[in-house]
Amino acid sequence: MSTTVENKPVVFTPERLTKAQEIIANYPEGRQKSALLPLLHLLQEQEGWTSPEGMDYVARLLGIQPIEVYEVATFYTMYHIDPVGKHVIEYCRTGPCCLMGGEEVYAHLKQRLGIDTGQTTVDGQFTLKEVECLAACGMGPVFQIREKYYMNLTNERVDEIIDELSK
Amino acid sequence: MATKILTEHINVPGIETFDVYRKQGGYTAVEKALKTMTPEAIVEEVKKAGVRGRGGAGFPMGMKWSFLAKPEGVPRYLVCNADESEPGTFKDHYLMKHIPHLLIEGMIVSSFALGANKSFIYVRGELMYVIRILEKAIAEAKAKGFLGKNILGTGYDLELVVQPGGGAYICGEETALLESLEGKRGNPRNKPPFPAVKGLYQCPTVVNNVESIATAAWIVNNGGDAYAAIGIGRSTGTKLISASGHINKPGVYEIELGVPVEDFIYADEWCGGIRPGHKFKALVAGGSSVPILPANLALTLANGDKRLMTYESLSDGGFATGTMLGSGGFIVFDETSCIVRNTWNFSRFYHHESCGQCSPCREGTGWMEKVLHRIEYGHGHQQDIDLLVDVAKKIEGNTICPLGDAAAWPVASAIRHFRDEFQWHIDNPSEATQPGAVYRGDMALV
Repeated sequence: MSTTVENKPVVFTPERLTKAQEIIANYPEGRQKSALLPLLHLLQEQEGWTSPEGMDYVARLLGIQPIEVYEVATFYTMYHIDPVGKHVIEYCRTGPCCLMGGEEVYAHLKQRLGIDTGQTTVDGQFTLKEVECLAACGMGPVFQIREKYYMNLTNERVDEIIDELSK
Repeated sequence: MATKILTEHINVPGIETFDVYRKQGGYTAVEKALKTMTPEAIVEEVKKAGVRGRGGAGFPMGMKWSFLAKPEGVPRYLVCNADESEPGTFKDHYLMKHIPHLLIEGMIVSSFALGANKSFIYVRGELMYVIRILEKAIAEAKAKGFLGKNILGTGYDLELVVQPGGGAYICGEETALLESLEGKRGNPRNKPPFPAVKGLYQCPTVVNNVESIATAAWIVNNGGDAYAAIGIGRSTGTKLISASGHINKPGVYEIELGVPVEDFIYADEWCGGIRPGHKFKALVAGGSSVPILPANLALTLANGDKRLMTYESLSDGGFATGTMLGSGGFIVFDETSCIVRNTWNFSRFYHHESCGQCSPCREGTGWMEKVLHRIEYGHGHQQDIDLLVDVAKKIEGNTICPLGDAAAWPVASAIRHFRDEFQWHIDNPSEATQPGAVYRGDMALV
């Protein structure tokens, strides 16, 4: 949970706070902890990552102990518990994508970005992560950036996407 | 023309909107169920239909519903399992993305049948864009009076909540999903008590897959007998198959259960055959967890009959010569595929996704991955193959949830049918580690 960025208090924007309250109201009285995963997504959407200060804030919102948030955030793969770049590329490394050339395309992507899995480019633009099956096996190879799926990837297509996002 | 229960209207432009879906006959099941049927009558129709759980386990849905405890003054819940994460499986993704109202209609009818007033759709967090589609569709249905308080003036109330997961395959296991829905780590619970007695918030709960729930509207409209008339034997109705790998037409197909495996692979209507210039080597029929089969066993039973796309035919011969329909994740391998590499890949997946609660799974999946890795990369020992068989056997059946079995079966079956490939890797490490190297000994290609 160490961080290299300056620690600063985190609060939701007024719109996100309203959204958070709507989410919390979805669950029966006394069961507000159910809102934890959606709230962590909301936090990450705002901050870019799941920062320790953000997790403490979410704990306060839900009236639970910070450790209850940490243990959840570290269990699931979608929460970035370390700072990440502007674009996080989550690349599927699982069987069906590999059958369609996923490993070769991934090697090209790493070369193109000049980084390895888990690293961020020096300009802070791209972070590369490997993920397990993205449920798009018929359209592999595939990666995801935020909410968007990029499917049927080839080396050329990867270059186009990186060019586009680098602008 | 084969019957389409789920995908008949999926290509109609605008079908993701309430109005177009309604024009195609959507939400008539809600009207019929809430205005003319009792909850017990709906459960009865679902039982008659014989629809089996489409998430992979294949347990009869109607029977699961009838186990639901009904203590006075305690809420009941319906939870839709949309955490589809099994490699090779992407049908629920397809269904929710293209025709979200079909699932919502199924949720309303099913919730009414079970007496639930608050129901959840737990969607894997990676599909955030699908979650937005579902939320929009729910808002539309609510605005039209099909959700919320006093639906269609019948006095029935239902709130539908879409819950995003956080990225964990284990949350597809129903009790892990409930833990996750309660805001905790996705550690599966010991059973009993089953969710039907103590599920979400310790209340009676039914957890069903997206595809299972989506059939409910058709069953209400057409009756359980009409559903049971489709398919063969105990494999009633239609099934969505997600086809991937070395075929000409990867995609999601709705088939009537009972189609020969051979037809499904080669007919233009479905996979359109193996990609040009290549031959069929192996098949994973129901998602990465089910046993892999070599081509000849995938197409025919031990007695020479054609193998069919049904729960029974695919499992014919047990694990010695059969496999499972599972979730319908159909992965086809041609002769360029290295079974050792693929098995290592699947093994890495299960090691990564083990929740770590049970030692046999936590430690065993890591062992299997390590041993497979060293075989694949030319450092295998002569005793490694037997070691893998032994580890797989020690995981199977010794864990709280079925993830242990799911991790063991791909390894055990790959060795059962492709032992010579593993041996070749160990005997010829320098050759096996060449880029694209595949053992081409006496493998039976079709």
